[in-house]
Amino acid sequence: MALSVDSALYRWRRLGAESPSQTLPERAPLLFSARGKPQLNLNKWRIVFPENGRQWKDWKRASTFYSGNRIQTTKYTWFTFLPQNLFEQFHRLGYLYFLFLVVLNGFPQVEVFHREITMLPLIVVLLASMIKDAVEDCRKYRFDKMINFSKTRIYDKEERAYVEKCWKDVHVGDFVQLRCNETIPADILLLYSSDQNGICHLETANLDGETNLKQRHVVMGFSSQNTLFEPEFFQNTIICEMPNNDLNKFKGYMEQPNNERIGFNIESLLLRGCTIRNTEAAIGIVIYAGHETKAMLNNNGPRYKRSKIERRMNMDIFVCVGLLFVMCLVGSVGHGIWTGNFSEHPPYDVPDENGNFLPPVLAGFYMFLTMIILLQVLIPISLYVSIELVKLGQVFLIHNDIDLYDDEADLPIQCRALNITEDLGQIQYIFSDKTGTLTENKMVFRRCTVDGIEFSHQENARRLESHKELDLDDEDFAKLQHFSLPRMNIERPATYKQRTVRPLRRCQSARAHFQGHTRNRSLGRRDSNQSQVAFSSTIEKDVTPDSRLLRRVREAALQTENLSPFMHMKTSTSLTDFFLALAICNTVLVSTATEPRQRVTVPPPIKPSGITLEKIHQIFQRLKLASLSQSFSSSQSSSDLGASFSAKNTEEHLAALDCCDNDDNCCASSKGDELQGKGSAGIGSASLDEVFKSVTNGSLPTDFCYEAESPDEAALVYAAQAYSFTLVSRTPEQVTVRLPQGTLLTFDILYTLGFDSVRKRMSVVVRHPLTKEIVVYTKGADSVIMDLLEDSDKADTSTAKRMKRIKEKTQKHLDYYARDGLRTLCIAKKVLNEDDFQKWANFRQEAEAAIDNRDELLMETAQHLETKLTLLGATGIEDRLQDGVPDTIEALREAGIQIWVLTGDKQETAVNIAYSCKLLNQRDTVFTINTENKETCESLLNLTLEEVRKNYEVGKPRTKLFGIIPRYFSASEPPSLEFGLVIDGRTLNIIFQGGLEKKFLALTKHCRSVLCCRSTPLQKSMVVKLVRGQLKVMTLSIGDGANDVSMIQAADVGIGISGQEGMQAVMASDFATTRFKHLKKLLLVHGHWCYARLAKMVIYFFYKNVSYVSLLFWYQFFCGFSGSTMIDYWQMIFFNLFFTSMPPLLFGVLDRDVSAETLLGLPELYKNGQNSEIYKLSTFIITMLDAFYQSLVCFFVPYLMYEDSDIDVFSFGNPINTISLLTILLHQALEMRTWTLFHLVTMIGSVVFYLVFSLIYNATCMVCNPPTNPYWIMEKQLSDPTFYLLCTITPVIALLPRFFILALRGTFEASLILKAQQLDKLPKGQQDLEIQKLRSRKRTTSGVPVASPASNDDFEQNISHLCVSPFLHPAAAATSHGDTESQGLSAPEVNPLRKQTLEEGYYFFNRWAEEEATATDSSGGPSSGHYPLVPSRVTSPGHHGGKPTKDNANNFSHGSHRRSVSAVTL
Amino acid sequence: MKNKTNSLSQEGEARPSRCPDNSAFKQQKLPAWKPQLNIATVLSSFFLTGAFCLSAGVCLILSANSVREIQIDYSDKCSDCSKLRENSSNWNKECNCSVNFTLKEDILGDVFMYYGLQNFYQNHRRYMISRSDAQLLGRNVNIQKSYCAPFTTYQNGTPMAPCGAIANSMFNDTIDLFYNLNSSVIKVPLLKTGNSWWTDKNVKFRNPKSYNLSSAFAGTARPPYWQKPVYLLDEENERNNGYVNDDFIVWMRVSAFATFRNLYRRVRRVEQFADGLPAGNYTFRISYNFPVTKFKGRKHVILSTVVWSGGSNPFLGIAYVVSGTAATLTGFVITAIHLTLRKKKTYF
Repeated sequence: MALSVDSALYRWRRLGAESPSQTLPERAPLLFSARGKPQLNLNKWRIVFPENGRQWKDWKRASTFYSGNRIQTTKYTWFTFLPQNLFEQFHRLGYLYFLFLVVLNGFPQVEVFHREITMLPLIVVLLASMIKDAVEDCRKYRFDKMINFSKTRIYDKEERAYVEKCWKDVHVGDFVQLRCNETIPADILLLYSSDQNGICHLETANLDGETNLKQRHVVMGFSSQNTLFEPEFFQNTIICEMPNNDLNKFKGYMEQPNNERIGFNIESLLLRGCTIRNTEAAIGIVIYAGHETKAMLNNNGPRYKRSKIERRMNMDIFVCVGLLFVMCLVGSVGHGIWTGNFSEHPPYDVPDENGNFLPPVLAGFYMFLTMIILLQVLIPISLYVSIELVKLGQVFLIHNDIDLYDDEADLPIQCRALNITEDLGQIQYIFSDKTGTLTENKMVFRRCTVDGIEFSHQENARRLESHKELDLDDEDFAKLQHFSLPRMNIERPATYKQRTVRPLRRCQSARAHFQGHTRNRSLGRRDSNQSQVAFSSTIEKDVTPDSRLLRRVREAALQTENLSPFMHMKTSTSLTDFFLALAICNTVLVSTATEPRQRVTVPPPIKPSGITLEKIHQIFQRLKLASLSQSFSSSQSSSDLGASFSAKNTEEHLAALDCCDNDDNCCASSKGDELQGKGSAGIGSASLDEVFKSVTNGSLPTDFCYEAESPDEAALVYAAQAYSFTLVSRTPEQVTVRLPQGTLLTFDILYTLGFDSVRKRMSVVVRHPLTKEIVVYTKGADSVIMDLLEDSDKADTSTAKRMKRIKEKTQKHLDYYARDGLRTLCIAKKVLNEDDFQKWANFRQEAEAAIDNRDELLMETAQHLETKLTLLGATGIEDRLQDGVPDTIEALREAGIQIWVLTGDKQETAVNIAYSCKLLNQRDTVFTINTENKETCESLLNLTLEEVRKNYEVGKPRTKLFGIIPRYFSASEPPSLEFGLVIDGRTLNIIFQGGLEKKFLALTKHCRSVLCCRSTPLQKSMVVKLVRGQLKVMTLSIGDGANDVSMIQAADVGIGISGQEGMQAVMASDFATTRFKHLKKLLLVHGHWCYARLAKMVIYFFYKNVSYVSLLFWYQFFCGFSGSTMIDYWQMIFFNLFFTSMPPLLFGVLDRDVSAETLLGLPELYKNGQNSEIYKLSTFIITMLDAFYQSLVCFFVPYLMYEDSDIDVFSFGNPINTISLLTILLHQALEMRTWTLFHLVTMIGSVVFYLVFSLIYNATCMVCNPPTNPYWIMEKQLSDPTFYLLCTITPVIALLPRFFILALRGTFEASLILKAQQLDKLPKGQQDLEIQKLRSRKRTTSGVPVASPASNDDFEQNISHLCVSPFLHPAAAATSHGDTESQGLSAPEVNPLRKQTLEEGYYFFNRWAEEEATATDSSGGPSSGHYPLVPSRVTSPGHHGGKPTKDNANNFSHGSHRRSVSAVTL
Repeated sequence: MKNKTNSLSQEGEARPSRCPDNSAFKQQKLPAWKPQLNIATVLSSFFLTGAFCLSAGVCLILSANSVREIQIDYSDKCSDCSKLRENSSNWNKECNCSVNFTLKEDILGDVFMYYGLQNFYQNHRRYMISRSDAQLLGRNVNIQKSYCAPFTTYQNGTPMAPCGAIANSMFNDTIDLFYNLNSSVIKVPLLKTGNSWWTDKNVKFRNPKSYNLSSAFAGTARPPYWQKPVYLLDEENERNNGYVNDDFIVWMRVSAFATFRNLYRRVRRVEQFADGLPAGNYTFRISYNFPVTKFKGRKHVILSTVVWSGGSNPFLGIAYVVSGTAATLTGFVITAIHLTLRKKKTYF
């Protein structure tokens, strides 16, 4: 037993010691079974005994060590509240300072104020915090109570039945019975599920916000018990990990009485807080309870961050401490000298109580302490409290901004971190995720390629366009559907309403609303009765099939080769396979729209058994003959073109691809032809549709809902559905698909190899019901699948050649997809023979049974299977850009923020998204660094850096530039080149490992934007930390997924997007919003305001405290440094606490230096906060000097006036107090840029309150404040004209310099803020005009050329070549050539690719020309009459499209050249 | 926007929409006045301030100039007495001295007589707090608890009345003014009362209630520096005796600076002094009791008139004039800057 100390063992030893009867050896066999592996690390195990009486004693002992299910998230109890809270509060430095003062004041030698007076601020602050804490804790307590007293059903061994109990009474080892829609009370090991397959569905929305269902299995080997589970007979002991917070990992085993072990993992664990769905009943044994559950362990409290201003402020507070020290020193030394000057004690030098006089040195020392108390306000502790209050106000206003509210999700912006609002105004770097942040993460099926043939799905694209408009306005919906979707109307008149209108409504009403992303959600939300369907927005569900493909699919389905001469046999089967793979190869859950959460597991009974495939064939053959003459006449390609040219810039390039893919001359075809073609196609497909409808059983539930783990899976299934390959049901064993013919095919699923990020693919192994073949369908990232394809190089049969060609074409299409920002997936297939399969299956079973390195083995088997695949095709799924992303990015960039995109996505996709969201400009020179070698990486960085620097230098001295490229530089200003940098994860790794960070950063500083592709979450956070740490800049991270969490946490400000990917990002963030575009207002407006307000307020507080406290200090020079005050203590304390506190607070919450409109219109204003222009050292010093000046004025004007008069101390202090109040308030008034009624009221209110308070206090208080007695002073002075004269002139003198500077500020060099303020005054129209003027002026000064794009293009081309050339030295060029296909394109290689495209296009053209010809023949005439609206609609896009193609081609070539991508690939 | 929120709230009746209110406050669109400095406001503010300050300053200076004031330092002139007082054992020896001076002009109006002390830090913190306001209110309080220490009780436990260092060190010179008219000496009638604030005299300071003063102060002792007990401060006037003695009250009003003056007497405007003090020779007869040499102090006696703007101190007027001038000059400077920069677009 030479085992290391471990908790489990330790516990048992303790048990043994406590109960000698049950000694350790008796337990030992359980723990260390004879067959057991001694290398088991017992540190990780927890032992659970079932609570069913069988191992009652064991259970009893064990359960005392495991925490119960009662949760207590409160910090305090009734009794511990006061001491504990006080203890916690005094952890803060400021409060300790207060306490120190109070204690100090307790010593009579140094006492200045009453003890009570010194305590007052402390007590006020403590009380405020205490109340806040108490309220918070009380809320927690109530919530805990609610949770603890929720009911669940626990097995009771006496009653031998499940009885209802409270959650808090659940113990480890209890058997819990759960029903559908119940929330899970603890972490439970699933032992039984009513589902016949032993599956239990979970909704984990409470845990991670993901609304899709997750499957949990009954512990393997346990599921064989199909009978009802009887806890009574459960004798196993469960041994598993110690509680930890990893939601995705869990392992353990069950030890049966016969010493057999059954392993289990996270797949069998039901996590606390999740909800049971779709499963009638589930029974499990509690493994972890209460605070030991994974959900609770994951539940970290809110975050406390310190904002930049606060950090800066803390430094300045140290300045104040220094100042205080100096003042106190002056006081103490002064007092020492002053006292020492007397040879004899004067009558005013009062001895202490015993009549003794202090020696001067000691008196000086005491005076030092006295002065600390006296001047304590110099350390603006009140500032901390005020800042907290102001931030609360700011957060409230941000939260309530209607512009940051997403009415689709019914979510306003959430401010989770309360104390970093002003950091929003100082952001210099933004790190953004791509998927789900810049894009919507709503996957839309856009294109596919099958067998090397591209189907562009133009109708779908058009539909998506119109969808955008639909999103904008529901009311125009009816009109739009008429105008823009005529084809859909004809095609599916019956289903249209269902498909489009209803889901749209449903999505809005049943939109996932994620309540309170606070800690509550992991505790279990009970109100999740309204279930939502994830990933099933209308956009994903509706896919308008490409008519060309649709026809082929149908033909393929009919397998009538002889009737369609253009089809190849191969194509048709691979088409079928392609769509089957789309439908099958996934883990989608099927439910019907009527019962969204009821899983369809059994194929519908109305299986058309009577109609065999043969019969369908016959029917179709007959029908087809009749309709073919019409329907094969589609000139879809040409009508497509009309639309494609009308598409936006981003579409251009793909449209060009279409144009060339389809037909070289297509654009030249006449409008009339298009029209005819269109009409005929419509009729054709309509008739075909009817045919299908007549065959298909109409009573089948047509509307299926698919719930997938990832949105693209759902998109693919919906796409397959659009081509009538409808996934009807899915169980772990079987999957049923309805074919276009209406036949239901049921495949036996032999294996499902799930998706993982290492393999980047998933596969299903099915047995084909008709051919009885064993087929592997694989779907995965193209980079992976392409390498796994059957090696066709060796064989040189015609099929192999064909395969190779298909592969090449597909790859090319994939590249185009990627360039267009589409997500690509390859679909492949493999047919296994029975023997191979059996071999593999054995292998697999072994792997599954393995306990130790199960994961690795499983991976290995999977890789073993997924080889020698046959490529079927590929899909392009669009991840649409969110609304307003380009606009936001442009504005943020104008605001001087560097934007980096850190994504795990492919380089091509990322680059293209970057272009489409204006992160990269077409004119930019983009450097791409992909390397795996440290030396090359370093040299590349050096080279690039040199190049960039050279360019920057070139940009400056114009003459030199003329020397180099004289002819391009005749008149236009030198355009400063913008650079982009694309880097991938591997290279990043090298940079981090090889210590190249400095160079990398130096390079990125010159780059307009940086893209890090293929980066892991860790790398993301490392990049953020690197930039933040090395460049000392303010960073903001924005992301939506779990992979962004680390990045969000690493940045100064983390923003979570509550989108499709769950709540982890939101939980980790400081601010949570729903859209990227909200960033614009959040930063530019709220950030600016918050920063300006808070910075000014902090500065003001420093000023206020210093100017007020120095009044007391000056007086020390006239009272022998004895620590006297001329102001009554109460009036002094109240001065800070009440008289002057409200205006700055209000200022901090409400001041608007520039209006929101102007801030949005002139993003450059943001730089004000970025450069910390308001609160920096110089402002601080100036403010301090001003404070001293003002206090000098406020002291010495009254002093000189009352000098040598019969004024008494408090009568002298009273005007000073009044004067400084006025000065301080007027100073605030000068600072204020906005005067609302609130401001006016508080301003006047403060003065009035001061006067009223003073009057009342001075009239009533004669002995209430013993040593000082300001009786009747205010009243007396208010009747004295000199008092008024004094109170008029002093503030004027004090504020005259400030006002003078304010007045002159804009004269010599008007800051942008001032100009903007000026703009705010102008009427609306003029304001816009001025903003435009300012912006354009700024643009010209910054040197970005606006005019003459043509000449600039030439110039840039040249420059970019210049840049590229150094990199393309022979060796590099050679390697890059080899790798280009997947790694990116260097400029010279654009052209060869273009050529290839042209060839391809020509190929398409030939076929379509023929089709078109048929179309014009058959249905030219009638269609034009039918659709009077169509021509007008087509004309405008046709105007562009109809022009000679050359023009367009020119444009495109320009486009591709402008994107001078200099790839450095090694 | 409004439409949308409406429709939304109609739809989601079960739960209220979380859409923020579209109120001016929450959307930060409160109507606001945004003061903007432009040349007109800047210049007008400077010039107006300048004009106002200048005119007020001139008035103030003029009025301050009308004040007549005579200040006589008698700490040196009574050097014998001051030497006598240096030794505190001679505390009950009387010492008188006279100081002559000549008024060249009449001092018309109310004439106030002050005593001035130099270098006497009444505002020393420990001195300042050494008093018991409750005791001075006539309440029978335990002065041990007050801040009077060490001037609370004698060794034998007899409490001091009044207690504290301020009271103890009360200025106790008596000064009389004589008008020498044609070799006859006329005592200028001086008012002993009415020199303190009305509220002090009638509210803040009260004698303990008893049938007569001496019984009211029975059981207490005078402060150590005093020559006579508190109820003998003014034997002639019952209402100016004890704690409510004007001299005492004035002294108890602690001065703000080390150099100060306290109102001592007012000239009673009767007979030849009805218009004030006529020009001529005068004599101060001073009973010199208050020692100042040990703290290098000086004593003055001051005769002065008072105007609405205070005493003779012209500072306020000067301050007004200076700041008025400064504001006006700044205004001109800004005008100049504005004129030179007008072609450029200036932003103020």
